[in-house]
This record gives sequence, structure tokens and C-alpha cells, in this order.
Amino acid sequence: MPLWLFIFLAVVAIIGAFGVIIQRSPVHCLLALALTLFDIGVLFIGLGAETVGFLQIIIYVGAIMVLFLFVIWLLNLQTEADGGGHLALKFFGSTAAAALAAELFVFFSKAAAPTARMGLVAKDYGSIELLARMLFSDYLVGFEVTSVLLLAAIVGAIALARRTPAELVRSGSTVKSGSGARCRRRWAISWG
Amino acid sequence: MGIELIIGAIKAVVIVVMVLNLAGLLLWFERKGSALIQDRVGANRAAVFGIGRRLGLPNLGLMNTLLADPIKLFTKEDFAPDGADRFLHGLAPFLALFPVLVAFAVVPIGDVLKIGSYSINLQAADLNVAALYILATLGVGVYGIALGGWASNNRWALLGGIRASAQMISYDLAMGLAIIAVVITYGTLDLQEICRIQGGVWFGWIPRWGILVQPVSFILLLTAGMAESKRVPFDLPEGESELVAGYFTEYSGGKQAVFMMTDFAEIVLVSVLITTFFFGGWQVPWLYRDGFHFPGGAYLALPNVVVAIAGVAAFFIKTLVFCWLQILVRWTLPRFRYDQLMRLGWKGLVPLGLANLLVTAFIVVAVEAKY
Amino acid sequence: MPTPLGYFMGLSAVPFAIGVAGVLIRRNIIVMFMSIELMLNAVNLAFVTIGRRMASMDGQVIVFFVMTVAAAEAAVGLGIIISLFRNRETVNADELNLLRW
Repeated sequence: MPLWLFIFLAVVAIIGAFGVIIQRSPVHCLLALALTLFDIGVLFIGLGAETVGFLQIIIYVGAIMVLFLFVIWLLNLQTEADGGGHLALKFFGSTAAAALAAELFVFFSKAAAPTARMGLVAKDYGSIELLARMLFSDYLVGFEVTSVLLLAAIVGAIALARRTPAELVRSGSTVKSGSGARCRRRWAISWG
Repeated sequence: MGIELIIGAIKAVVIVVMVLNLAGLLLWFERKGSALIQDRVGANRAAVFGIGRRLGLPNLGLMNTLLADPIKLFTKEDFAPDGADRFLHGLAPFLALFPVLVAFAVVPIGDVLKIGSYSINLQAADLNVAALYILATLGVGVYGIALGGWASNNRWALLGGIRASAQMISYDLAMGLAIIAVVITYGTLDLQEICRIQGGVWFGWIPRWGILVQPVSFILLLTAGMAESKRVPFDLPEGESELVAGYFTEYSGGKQAVFMMTDFAEIVLVSVLITTFFFGGWQVPWLYRDGFHFPGGAYLALPNVVVAIAGVAAFFIKTLVFCWLQILVRWTLPRFRYDQLMRLGWKGLVPLGLANLLVTAFIVVAVEAKY
Repeated sequence: MPTPLGYFMGLSAVPFAIGVAGVLIRRNIIVMFMSIELMLNAVNLAFVTIGRRMASMDGQVIVFFVMTVAAAEAAVGLGIIISLFRNRETVNADELNLLRW
């Protein structure tokens, strides 16, 4: 990937990441995060991992961030009024994170052998066939367990976030008596 | 390197200009077509300095939709509602338009065009994961709508925005399943390859178009595509009789023009996808790279330029047919209620898509196992 | 001129540290959660880079799994946050202090 393109993407990623932690309104933080994730997806594509890059955009930017957005709206979170407070925490937190950044930066840059270029890889490196082949042969157990994990997550999320019919009646969102029969009749009319 | 960059840039510009022009043309189709369907006249007044009035030209309504409306929309006052998030209010229309326009980068308009010694592949970006790219751009398209609704500081707009984004992500799933079934059938994600594979004939005369192999996917893609672009019968998010204008209530002038352009560009995108996956894209029946090979044995040799232009023309005709089909459906069917819409998406289309995927996979493996 | 892989690795360190800072500094649970997602993605970038260095697809497979697990975790985590909000009416981490001494 050409250097100028990398510098541009890196700057966008860092600005987006700062945007996530600095901004006051949760929706703005979310948009900054979506931008950063999109940017990282493009970096994946530049590294030759096309399938994973597009999957990153589809899954993260297209689904997970929209989920976050819905939750922010559901909870009706406003822009945070008080930006002050916790100055000691912010100071020491920032310093510690900056130190971590510096150390990791030096450490990681040397980890891949500092001047290693992107070597030649197979022509279909990063293609969906190769990825699928590995998933269904070497990593098959992980693949199957992940599908069970997703099922567990779906059931768990619904169980956590739902309101039982009793709660709905109590909060006045549903009328209790006779609603079952009325619902069925209405459904029959709409489909009939 | 230099000449390829120039060719690539020209292709990109041509495709974007083509899409925007098609969107404008569709606006005209919509106004006059809906007038035709509803037995009324439609736009028939505007003319430039009275030119052609004797010939009855204003009756076509072209000046109205293609000249008067855009000028009116773009010269209106541009404002953001009081208390709204100005930045997001201005950003949302463009955030909605951008993914739809870039999705056209992977659409193949024609086969290779040989100019001198250069073979130009008539596709702006030759990705070999093009189908994933289309799904990615459709996923990103949710943001503009959702933020447009939220940034308007208006509860009806917010409601419209939430409904629209929930609808879009639900039908994204159905579309993805339809596209995956097609990809399994053809064994490749590259759209130009899929168009090429649909050349050739079966039994000597039936063109190998995708609709004969994947009819269920066609229905799924058509339905899910219409739901994605929030056209009637799925247009509850902009329910005209219920939510004023849904998520773009507080938009006027240029921003509303951009939202409407998004609407029409998505119609074109869905038509283009259906054409590419199921109707052979730029393939003309019995036309190969060197000319026509008719089933009776007749052969007509044609130069490469004519073949390429015939392919492009075929592509446009097929796309316009499906755009017209969507317009027809819009002015025929009543609107779905929101729970009916969600029920259709999750309990109807997704199981159908999964069943289709299963059957397709079985058949593909069974056919290949014979060899 | 192609970019050396060390640059990619160095880049992956920065959003990671920014994510750590976000978790420490911000008090809004949803923003803390977003910082965690940022950290996960920085690590994804490191994985893909090392996979490219080794010219093997292992990095990408691991990233695939990380993405899936992150999606599951996001769903459950947001369910927890919704449930918490229903009971406590707040998403400020300072006010969620029932278990503190």
C-alpha cells in the first residue's frame, strides 16, 4: 500500500479514536468510532485481507454500530452536561495511556522486523475460498463453537433486555384484559 | 500506470454521471408514469420561453421535472431546525447518498472494449469480492437515514428514522441471503465473472440466465431490494399519510434533493443488481464476442466495438425495465403496516432465503460430485 | 513505495492506548464500551499485519473469530446496559456504586 495512503488512513484512524474518547455527545462518539472502524477495514483491504476487510465493514460498521445507535436512542442519552470533575482521574489516566502508547508503539514497530516489507503472497491470499478452507478444516471446532456462542448471545441479549408481559402491563404499554383474543382477531383480519 | 489511472478515472466519472442521469430520468418516469397509471395528466406546464408549446412539448413534462424542479430545490433556503444538531443535519443526506453511489463502482456495464491495443474492462473497479462490497455499502447506507431522522429534533422524524433503519437492517439480511445463494450457484463473487458465466446457451437456444437457475432468489432480491430503498409497499418510514414525511420531514431544498436522489439511485441499484445476477447483465442472447451465433446455425460477424455497445445498450434496457417494474409496483400496492413489514422480513423472507440457500448448496454439491 | 509492516503494527498500538484512555477517563458506560470495541479493533489490525508477515491466513481467521465474539459480546453487553438503565435510571458509572464499600 503506498505510503501516502497509509499516512492518510493512519491520521484518520487516530483522529477518529480521539473523537471517541473526547466528545460529549454519545452519538458523536459513535460516529467517530464508525469512522475509525471503517478506516481499519480499509487498512485490512490494503494488507491484502479483502474478505476480512469487507466483513469488518459489514459486521462492525453496518451492524454493531447500528445496534449501539439504537441503544443510545432507546435510553435517550443526551449530551453530557458536566464535562469537569474527576480531574485527577483524567490526568493520571491520560498519562498512563500515553505511556502505554509510547511503549507499545516502540515495541510493536520492532516486532515485525522494522523494515519488513509486505512480501509476496499467494495470488488468492485473503480470498474467501482460502478463508473458508481454513475455517472448515483447521479451525472447524472454533467455528462450530462460535455458532453456539452466537446463539447463546442472542438468547441472552433477549432475556436481558425484554420486558415481561407483567412489566408491560404495569408500565401501561399494554392493555391486559382480553387482549389475546383481540390480537388474534386483528391479525386474522389483516392477513385475510 | 499512468494510462490505466486515467482510464480508471474516466470509468468512475462515467458511471457516476450515468447513475445521476438515470436517477433524474427515473424522476420523470415516476411522475409521468404514475400519472399514466392513475389516469391523470401529470406535470405538463413548464416550458422554456414557450418553445414547443404549439407542438405540445410541455405535455411531456420534461422541462418540469428535469429543469424546473432541480432549480427550485437547489435555490431554496438551506436551514436546520432549531435545537437540531447542525453538523449531523447537514451530513446525513450525503451520508445516505455516498454508499449508494459508490456501490455502482463494481457494476459491469459491458464486456471488454478493445481500443487500439488496450482492453478496457467496462467496470469501474474489478474487485474479486464484489458481492461482499455491495453488501457492505448497503450496510453503511443505514447511517444517513438513521441520523437524518435523529438530527432533526422532531419526534416524528425520529420515529421515521428508527423505523427506516430497523427495516433496512432486517431486509439487509434477506438480500444477503439471496446474493449468497447466487454466489454459490456461480462459484464466484466477482460480478463481471457472473455476467460472463451467463453467456452461452442450454439445449442450443435457451440463454443461461440466472433467473432460470435461481427463481426464488430473484423474488427475494426484488422484494428485499424494494424494502431497502423504502419504496411502497414498504415506505412506512416515510409514510406520507402518517408521519408527514418521516425521516426527512425537516429537510428542504438541496438536502431534500439529495435524499430523493438517494431514493432513485437505490432504485437503479436494485435494478442493476437484479439485471446482473439474474438476467445476464450485459449479455445479449446469442451474442458472443465475435458476433451473433443464432440457434439455427446462422452466424453474423460483428466488430468488437459494436458488440460492446450492444452489451451496454442491453444492460440499460434491462435496467430500465426493472426500474419501471418498481415504479409500477409502487403505484399499485397499498402500504404495509409496520408489524406486517417486520413479520414479512423476519418470518417470511429470511426462512425462505435460508431454505433456498440449503437447496442451492445441495444441488451444487450434487452436480459437482458427478464429475 | 510500499509501507513497511512495522508502521502498521505501530499504528495498531495507538488506537489501543486511546481505547485504554477512554475506559479510564470516560464515565458514561456506553462510551466505555465503545472504547473497548476500539481496543479490539486495534488488536485485529495487529493480527492481520502479523498474518501478512508470516504470509499465512491464520491471522485473518483469528480476526474472523474476534469479530464474531465481539459482536456477541456487544449484544449481551448492551442488553446488560439496558437492563441496568431500567433499574437505576442512569448510565453514569459513578452512580452505579451499589457494590462499593
